[in-house]
Amino acid sequence: MRMGTAPPEGAPAQLSQPARRLLGDLIRPHRARLALVAAVTVSTSVLAAGIPLFVAMALDTGLPRAADGDPGPLVGATAGFLAVAVLVSLGTFLGIRLNAALVQRMMFALRTRLFRHVQRLSIGYHERSTSGRLVSRQASDMESVQQFMAGALIQSVMALVTMVAIAVMLVWLDPLLALVVFAGFVPLTFLTIWANRRQRAAYRATRTTIARVIVHVVETMGGIRAVQAFRREQRGLERLDEEDAAYCQANTEALQGMAWYTGGTRLIGNLSLAVIVLLGGWLVIGGDTEVGVLAAFLLSLRRFYAPLDELVQAFNAYQSAAAALEKIAEVLSARPDVPEPVSPAGGTGDQADAAPEDQTGNVPEDRPGSAGRGEGDEASPRGESRGESLRGEVRFEDVSFRYSASGAEVLPAFSLHVPAGQTVAMVGATGAGKSTLAKLLCRFYDPAEGRITLDGTDLRDLPDRVLRRRIVMVTQESYLFSGSVADNIRIGNPDAGMAEVVRAAQAVGLHDFVESLPQGYETDVKRRGGRLSSGQRQLVAFARVFLADPDVIVLDEATASLDIPGERLVQAALERVLAGRTALIIAHRLSTVAIADRVLVMKRGRIVEDGTPAELVGAGGEFASLDAAWRETLV
Amino acid sequence: MLRPLLRLLPDLRPYRGAYTAVLVLTAVATVISLIIPVFVGWAIDGPIAHGDYAGLWLPVAAVTAIGLLEAAALLTRRMLAAPVSSRLEIAWRRRLYAHLQRMAVARHDSWESGQLLSRAVQDLSQLRRFVSFGAPFLLVTPLNIVVGLIILAVYSPVIALITLLCAVPTVVICTWLQRRFQLISRAVQDQNGELTTLVEESVQGIRIIKAFGRGETITARYAAQARRLWSTELERARLDAWLNIALILLPFLAIGVSLGYGTWQIVHGTMTPGALVAAITVMMFLRMPIEMLGFLLSDAYRSATAAIRHWEVVDTPIDITDPASPSSLPATDAPARVEFRDVRFRFPDAAADTLAGFSLVLEPGTTTALVGATGTGKTAVAALLPRLHDVTAGAVLLDGTDVRDLPLETLRRHVAVAFDEPILFSASVRENVALGSPEAGDDEVWAALEIAQAAAFVRELPEGLDTLIGEQGLSLSGGQRQRLSLARAILGRPRVLVLDDPLSAVDVTTEERVQERLRERLRQSTALVIAHRPSTAALADRVAVLEGGRIVDCAPHAELLRRSPAYRSLMGARELRQGDDAVSAGSTP
Ligand SMILES: Nc1ncnc2c1ncn2[C@@H]1O[C@H](COP(=O)(O)OP(=O)(O)OP(=O)(O)O)[C@@H](O)[C@H]1O
Ligand SMILES: Nc1ncnc2c1ncn2[C@@H]1O[C@H](COP(=O)(O)OP(=O)(O)OP(=O)(O)O)[C@@H](O)[C@H]1O
Ligand SMILES: [Mg+2]
Ligand SMILES: [Mg+2]
Repeated sequence: MRMGTAPPEGAPAQLSQPARRLLGDLIRPHRARLALVAAVTVSTSVLAAGIPLFVAMALDTGLPRAADGDPGPLVGATAGFLAVAVLVSLGTFLGIRLNAALVQRMMFALRTRLFRHVQRLSIGYHERSTSGRLVSRQASDMESVQQFMAGALIQSVMALVTMVAIAVMLVWLDPLLALVVFAGFVPLTFLTIWANRRQRAAYRATRTTIARVIVHVVETMGGIRAVQAFRREQRGLERLDEEDAAYCQANTEALQGMAWYTGGTRLIGNLSLAVIVLLGGWLVIGGDTEVGVLAAFLLSLRRFYAPLDELVQAFNAYQSAAAALEKIAEVLSARPDVPEPVSPAGGTGDQADAAPEDQTGNVPEDRPGSAGRGEGDEASPRGESRGESLRGEVRFEDVSFRYSASGAEVLPAFSLHVPAGQTVAMVGATGAGKSTLAKLLCRFYDPAEGRITLDGTDLRDLPDRVLRRRIVMVTQESYLFSGSVADNIRIGNPDAGMAEVVRAAQAVGLHDFVESLPQGYETDVKRRGGRLSSGQRQLVAFARVFLADPDVIVLDEATASLDIPGERLVQAALERVLAGRTALIIAHRLSTVAIADRVLVMKRGRIVEDGTPAELVGAGGEFASLDAAWRETLV
Repeated sequence: MLRPLLRLLPDLRPYRGAYTAVLVLTAVATVISLIIPVFVGWAIDGPIAHGDYAGLWLPVAAVTAIGLLEAAALLTRRMLAAPVSSRLEIAWRRRLYAHLQRMAVARHDSWESGQLLSRAVQDLSQLRRFVSFGAPFLLVTPLNIVVGLIILAVYSPVIALITLLCAVPTVVICTWLQRRFQLISRAVQDQNGELTTLVEESVQGIRIIKAFGRGETITARYAAQARRLWSTELERARLDAWLNIALILLPFLAIGVSLGYGTWQIVHGTMTPGALVAAITVMMFLRMPIEMLGFLLSDAYRSATAAIRHWEVVDTPIDITDPASPSSLPATDAPARVEFRDVRFRFPDAAADTLAGFSLVLEPGTTTALVGATGTGKTAVAALLPRLHDVTAGAVLLDGTDVRDLPLETLRRHVAVAFDEPILFSASVRENVALGSPEAGDDEVWAALEIAQAAAFVRELPEGLDTLIGEQGLSLSGGQRQRLSLARAILGRPRVLVLDDPLSAVDVTTEERVQERLRERLRQSTALVIAHRPSTAALADRVAVLEGGRIVDCAPHAELLRRSPAYRSLMGARELRQGDDAVSAGSTP
């Protein structure tokens, strides 16, 4: 079964361990299907290989007998030939369809597996590798794999089987001649070993270089405004030329390696043909074999070497796919730096962590009030249930953090306790580490030391889906996906109905604007939300919070691009949402402090002040001067 | 279907010689493989039949020579095709890329990122393969078949005729399938692009996805999309299978009939066994190109689709171009005078004008703040100056010259913009800051960083100016990114400076420090500062209030505050009292 994936003629399968395992993983669940495809393909090939036999039969037996007045054998041979031909074409038809079904199934599995894995990888991993690289793994490398699987897999199975079948027939026809043919395999093996070694390196280079091209294209297209405004077109083009030159070089080399291999195999094939004509002719003349046998032999020989061409093609595709698989396997083998807990904490009283293995994950849990939210603002049922058992107590215990092992400590060891339901505002100079703290709370990273707990459970012990439902964050950079406004808001809760989406939009004051759009909520916001103004993008990002139903809300500069009336509106709405929830609000505009129970002032990674706004103003420290400065900026 | 492919032909011009050689060699190699059986037949009928040992050498030598020739032709063909096809691929990518870079932002935005990427990568590698393999064989195959038929005709005209007759249904079937193939290829390639879009967005938006725990949702979306592609691919395989069944069965039928006919002829003594063997051999050889035709055709459909998709992007008009007869500006570094004269502006697919009757004059060396509610069109105004968008009506004048009459390069050298969302690239700090003036020395870069209050943190970075900042600068804090973007705009002393909400992500103290330094710097340019906060507005000599697509008021900040209630509310004038209340309320529990 595995022969289709192995390079021809027993070349050392140097495919790196993980890539080979990945290929095994892909194929294993579909063994039965593969067996079926192989069976159909093999029988088709065997039948096709047998066709010359009928020719030989017609010539050797049918012809003399027909001359003697008995057309039976001749008719039989011809009919047999036609019957086999029909079977072969039916087999091919079936083979193509079965193979496509199999390959598409495997590709689907590989695609979704890689996608899911990339989604699970930690932010840290994503930051270390540019998005273009991850995209190229999922686009261009995937294409290489598909190229191989779709064409070459079946091709090589077929070719190998054909060769074996023909070989058997050759031996049966004339062992001596067959031996001569097989002698050709000695140089062929050496050639293949050479090509395998050379091509592996060459195709690796193509994968690496095309990824760099993709990275560059992705970045340019994403930053097109800056590219144009700062006249980077020329430089960008030069850079593309550089990257592409490397790719072109690698590609040419790979293709030329293939040229030598193809030329070499053809040479070997042609030379053995010549030898056979010579030797066969000799034998026929000497009376050791018949003309018909020689004819059949020569026909088969061509059929024998034709699959070699296909094998060479397949070998080519295989080399390219192997390099791609290696790259894919590399991503797949990356373990998230923030791993899923081995034994998830179940006892935190969360209603829905019963089935962490349930991969679909988007089953709507019973979210009390998520449907009724906003209908009765004050006395919503959710508010009451929250009142009974407030959840969302957050503790940082001796937490310290740095982005990379060698980098500076961004947050030196600190502890912080935020009781459930408290609204905490965090202020401080830019680069102080506010966002870092927020990202730690969302477990984008794990602290270097110490632990962060939610209601007493270490974040590291919470399954991802529980954690993500209980803590949500509006990040400092608002990213919109292409798609409708409604879908973008629904990031907060994919199951939300239109009414809820509208209510969320109303809450942030976005509704009137959205209504004015050509297709209302269904209007496409275009790439990265380019159809909206930056304030509008931020409002969309903010509206998501109103759909989610978390215990802890983290807002990182979520209103920075809004006009002041807009910001006020949002804040009023926010106050309602925050009732009964823990919140961490990062803001440079101290207006936010108005709704906070408590203020933290951060300076160079340390929390230097901590208290109610009034206390801090009274204490005359950092916050007091910030407050004063801010007041001055007001009118 | 052919036209898009044919349009690629001129790109082959630099490689005329080599590519012609490729075509010729392909033809030679295939024709040769048809000649070999002739010699084999000759050997069987001649020396072998006559028991002539010595006579055997000649055909054997011929077979060997031809075999060598074929291998050499094959090698040379591939050696030549490799660089040609690889260079063509990157040349096409270059054209696509260059075109996209010049495409107006508004048009650019409507291309999904994955569609662009799949056109730039997947489609082009499809075309590369087509050039090096599909196209030559597609061209040679008919030749191959014709030569085969001629050889056949020599042995037996009737057998040749039988074979020819089989070509008729083949052509009919191919024509019949063409339209469906085209549709399905298009669907496959478009769906691939959509998938790529999802991939790209899922990677770039990973923070948002994680922040809301939507990994599974987006994976489900991806899976649904991938499943659609799956069934489309199956549909394509179905067509492929039908095409193949036809292309395999018909030649076999021809062979079977010929076999019957040939043996019958032999029985009647009108044909030699050798001739029949040779004829059948030729037919078996012909089978291969015909069978391959199935693959080649389906490959051609894919390539045609790839070409269509390529031209779709490349044919998108460039709306913002250099003027036919450019005006020139006096060579000066002095601040320019900017005038928006009765500007009307509407986004391509918007229902209403974003700006209408927008007039504003920025006197040289002055700083004007532009304020307005969210979504009133401030950023649109900013984009008109460097012509990221063009006005729909009216004009933007730079020192009295319509910006559309200036070469883009000149205009954009004189006008620098700090965008509302900082756009950084994964490159060094220096490269990012000196984006518009790569020739700037370190001291200039540092000076700009000093003004933007970014020097301190850059100095602390592991490798200072040479530190690579991650993609989109995401290894920096929000305020750090914004200040780099600000430093970039002020570097190189542009004559006109547009700052779009430049300090929204920095804290009050830093803001104050930046403003102190910036104020000096702004005097050397004509500046338009878009602002949401009174603190930023106060930076300006005058404040222009944008509402309903035009300037409704324009006066110094203090004056506006005094006399315009609308402005006061926009600037949150009530906020002080409210904030006061909150804080004092907090202090008296
Ligand atoms: N992904 C990262 N990798 C390495 N360093 C980082 C990363 N993100 C942030 N930093 C660094 O850590 C420090 C703290 O950044 P952080 O984003 O937490 O600041 P912040 O307080 O949110 O600032 P701002 O108000 O500007 O958003 C900064 O010096 C920043 O350069
Ligand atoms: N590409 C586009 N196509 C159609 N409409 C657009 C496009 N880009 C922006 N708009 C709309 O045009 C209006 C003006 O957008 P603009 O970005 O200029 O606003 P702004 O004043 O800068 O707002 P903000 O303060 O939020 O940055 C908005 O209502 C926006 O939705
Ligand atoms: Mg931050
Ligand atoms: Mg804006």
